[in-house]
Amino acid sequence: MAETSITPQVDGHGSAPPTAQSWLTGHPKRVVWMAVIAAFGLFWWFGKPWAAWAFKYPSAWKWTINEQITAAMEWLMNDATFGLFTFRELTRAISAVIEVPYDIVLSLLSTGFLQGQGSQAVQIVPPLSWIAVLVTVVAVGRYVRDWKLGALLGLCFLYLVVFGQWESAMVTLSSIAIAVPLGIVAALLIGLLGYRWTWFERAITPVLDLMQTTPVFAYLVPVLVMFGFNAVSAMIATMIYATPPMVRVTILALRQVPAETVDLGTMVGCTRRQMTWKVMIPSAMPTLMVGVNQVIMLSLNMVIIASMIGAGGLGFDVLASLRSLDIGGGIESGVAIVVLAIALDRLSQAMAERTHGNRVKPAGDENLVRKHPYTVFCVAVALVTGALGFTWGEIQNYPEAWTITSGAMWSDLVRYINVNFFDELEAFKTVLLLNVLIPFKRFLLSLPWFGVVLLLGVAGYTLGRWKLAVLCIVLSLFIATVGKWDKAMITIYLCGISVLAACAIGIPIGILSAQRERLWRVVQAVIDTLQTLPSFVYLMPVIMLFRVGDFSAIIAVIVYALAPAIRYTAHGIRQVDPQLVEAGIVSGCTPFQLLTKVKLKLAFPEIMLGLNQTIMLALSMLVITSLVGTRDLGQEALIALTRARTGDGIVAGLCVAFIAIIADRLIRAGADRMRSRLGLH
Amino acid sequence: MLTKSRAMMSLLGGAAVLAAALTPLPALSEVESNDPIKITRHDWTGQYVTIEIMGEVLKKAGYNIEYVQADYIAQFAGLKTGDLHLAMEIWATTGQAALDEAVATGKVENLGETGMQAIEEWWYPEYMKEKCPGLPNWEALKACGEAFATPETAPKGRYLGGPVSWEGRDDERVVALDLPFEVVHAGTDGALFAELESAYQRKAPIMLWVYAPHWAPVKFKGEWVDFPKYSTECYEDASWGSNPDEKYDCGKPRGPIYKAAWVGLKDKWPGAHKIIENFKITNEDMGAMVVAVDLEGKKVADVVAAWLDANKDRWSKWLP
Repeated sequence: MAETSITPQVDGHGSAPPTAQSWLTGHPKRVVWMAVIAAFGLFWWFGKPWAAWAFKYPSAWKWTINEQITAAMEWLMNDATFGLFTFRELTRAISAVIEVPYDIVLSLLSTGFLQGQGSQAVQIVPPLSWIAVLVTVVAVGRYVRDWKLGALLGLCFLYLVVFGQWESAMVTLSSIAIAVPLGIVAALLIGLLGYRWTWFERAITPVLDLMQTTPVFAYLVPVLVMFGFNAVSAMIATMIYATPPMVRVTILALRQVPAETVDLGTMVGCTRRQMTWKVMIPSAMPTLMVGVNQVIMLSLNMVIIASMIGAGGLGFDVLASLRSLDIGGGIESGVAIVVLAIALDRLSQAMAERTHGNRVKPAGDENLVRKHPYTVFCVAVALVTGALGFTWGEIQNYPEAWTITSGAMWSDLVRYINVNFFDELEAFKTVLLLNVLIPFKRFLLSLPWFGVVLLLGVAGYTLGRWKLAVLCIVLSLFIATVGKWDKAMITIYLCGISVLAACAIGIPIGILSAQRERLWRVVQAVIDTLQTLPSFVYLMPVIMLFRVGDFSAIIAVIVYALAPAIRYTAHGIRQVDPQLVEAGIVSGCTPFQLLTKVKLKLAFPEIMLGLNQTIMLALSMLVITSLVGTRDLGQEALIALTRARTGDGIVAGLCVAFIAIIADRLIRAGADRMRSRLGLH
Repeated sequence: MLTKSRAMMSLLGGAAVLAAALTPLPALSEVESNDPIKITRHDWTGQYVTIEIMGEVLKKAGYNIEYVQADYIAQFAGLKTGDLHLAMEIWATTGQAALDEAVATGKVENLGETGMQAIEEWWYPEYMKEKCPGLPNWEALKACGEAFATPETAPKGRYLGGPVSWEGRDDERVVALDLPFEVVHAGTDGALFAELESAYQRKAPIMLWVYAPHWAPVKFKGEWVDFPKYSTECYEDASWGSNPDEKYDCGKPRGPIYKAAWVGLKDKWPGAHKIIENFKITNEDMGAMVVAVDLEGKKVADVVAAWLDANKDRWSKWLP
């Protein structure tokens, strides 16, 4: 979800002074809460004999909406029609339109321009040679910013060449090169509408939540039927997952444009269009770029799942090597994805900075070479290497004999750890499993669903009055009525433990690195890598060391969800007004007091947002952990896929999304209250 | 990057159009349609070998072939609509439900068996024989719970089953045969073999679901447990077998691997339809080729070419 940045405007008062009253009498709400929890506990202990229905949802009450959804989807995919054309024809037409630019880019980078189809196709023009792409990338870096960026991009692509990832990387790059810009433009337009009309924003917010948290498996088959078995379907699935943060960021960024800027635009007589594109969007650019970064990162995150549908490329290499347990091969392909992510991210950041600055355009009377030196140079290199490539194949395609691999090293490393440290790891795992994980799981499964629904309602009421209470009750009731309560509890158990652990590790790291610039840069690089390295890559070694089961799944989720916990904590602390820190020092705080009484308190809302994001990421990892064999909602979606039951998958997906929405709304409401209590806006 | 590549794009694009206009179409052999037959490609070596053999033979008959990456189960959606045309490996053991459902819609046709038989059963590495004397006879397992135990399952043994969606009936089997084992399900076969590799490196106890044709039973030395032989009565009639009160008191069925096609393939490429129906290879062929690829590091294309050279008399009979 969006990386919202909140600028604290501290009014100087801070929190209310502590009162001398006892903590109970001073806070009537706490009394209410104690009573509610006590009632819940009593019901939990003694309620079972006379209200068994409240503990296990009676199957006779089950709502068979899954069957209705399956039927509705069948109708939509096969029979829905607008009169002149069917719904499927419409989606196929969209798919064909997107396929045109994709085919061109793919031909250019990977397949060459072909005549004919299938195995009878004949290559007419070869693709760009590896040298040409490498030179172009460096030149683009130099053109957009400086040689340093050019060198970085060049190094990234050199990795792809030298480690033999080139062909797959070019396929992946082609689909990313289409999906990301499309996603960004679509998100920008939707965001603009959301900014214009509040009702529209309110309408799309839950849709965005669903798009981000519903596991892909749930809607995989409908997407394939509607858009066909090709790379376009994979791109559509990628866009569904990757664009919501950008929509949110767009709305937020436009809201943050200072009123003075808008006034100035009005004064100089901007039309509405000029106002949007010449004033609002440029001044919102820095925040918008956070969204662009997220689209790139999340798109590359989807590469693995997309490859299952038909995107091929690096994601497929990762999957295939892990199927034959080639851990080293998996890591190399995984790192290639990270490398692409880094290159694209740095390039897009540099481009955004560049549109800010003033460019001096050369006068029009110069010749082509003067006017576009980089373009001319790159085209020349492409043509020359292309021509030479016919004689010397090495120039067109990097020869396989020159590639290097570190594959064996990785497999040996895992083997070494496995053979020498397995017993220690096993002992550690067993202690945790027997004393923490299993008891917690049993506890959650023993809770009465009816009581939990009511408890969520009370929590909603305290934090956000009736609206939130009704939302919490309706959504949690849905999970119970469709008969997924137990699976939902296992989901909460897996995510809950993972989120707690991720916070316990991430928040201290965030605090430590927030004020040490160099350490922060290292930490940032690490968490960027963790977010884009396909979790499959470390999932297999984790299974080798910890066996199939909840523990392996939890480790994978923690690793993935760690990033936001670190990032938001560090952001929060770095944003604390230096004057307040100064004030703390002047009034004689020890460093520890300064941290706990001033910085952490002021950064608290931001840390809560980080917690929120950690939960979202943990839930979105369920897709992956279901492949390890956890028996949660993610697996329900996976089983529905293998049995071709669209409705079941969508219902399971909705349950995951509803858990996410409940957690999100409660935490958000809590953070808002906290913020207003601290005097931050 | 975009502005630059755009210039080159239009340049090359123009050249391509020009070239397309100038060169005549390549000579075509006598087949019903020159549209590519789209064969689905999944993510395991044996399947690559199968589709390459099929594809090469169809090419020799003059057909146009295209391999399309598609998920094993999700492919049925494409076979129904005609986006995809041919799936070469539908295992009765893992894909029967999806195949039956697809055939029932009337849009997918079962083109018969590939000749390969899927073997699926409880499997253990050879070194476990010392710790559990009496194997491979299944009755030895009754005394061996401890030997296969892990801290979480002790004193029971741990059996790592396949994904729940594979429907191995192992939970029921453990009850029916009264085995001191606890069933743990892996989520994918990747996870299954990761555990095997890990245990094998340490010579640690493990009992798990292994299937063939696959590289694992070739790479690792071991055996399948000898359960009472599967029969349909065993799965349907409780009174059958050693336990008169329970079904599933026997081993797993050994199922054929089917070919399946979009129903329109028969009308569009009748000749190809015949060839595909005739396609037959054996477990031994497949096992040898998978080993050559996965363990000896050869390329799929080379291995297939070698097989085609050596077995010309066999595949030439598939042609009409």
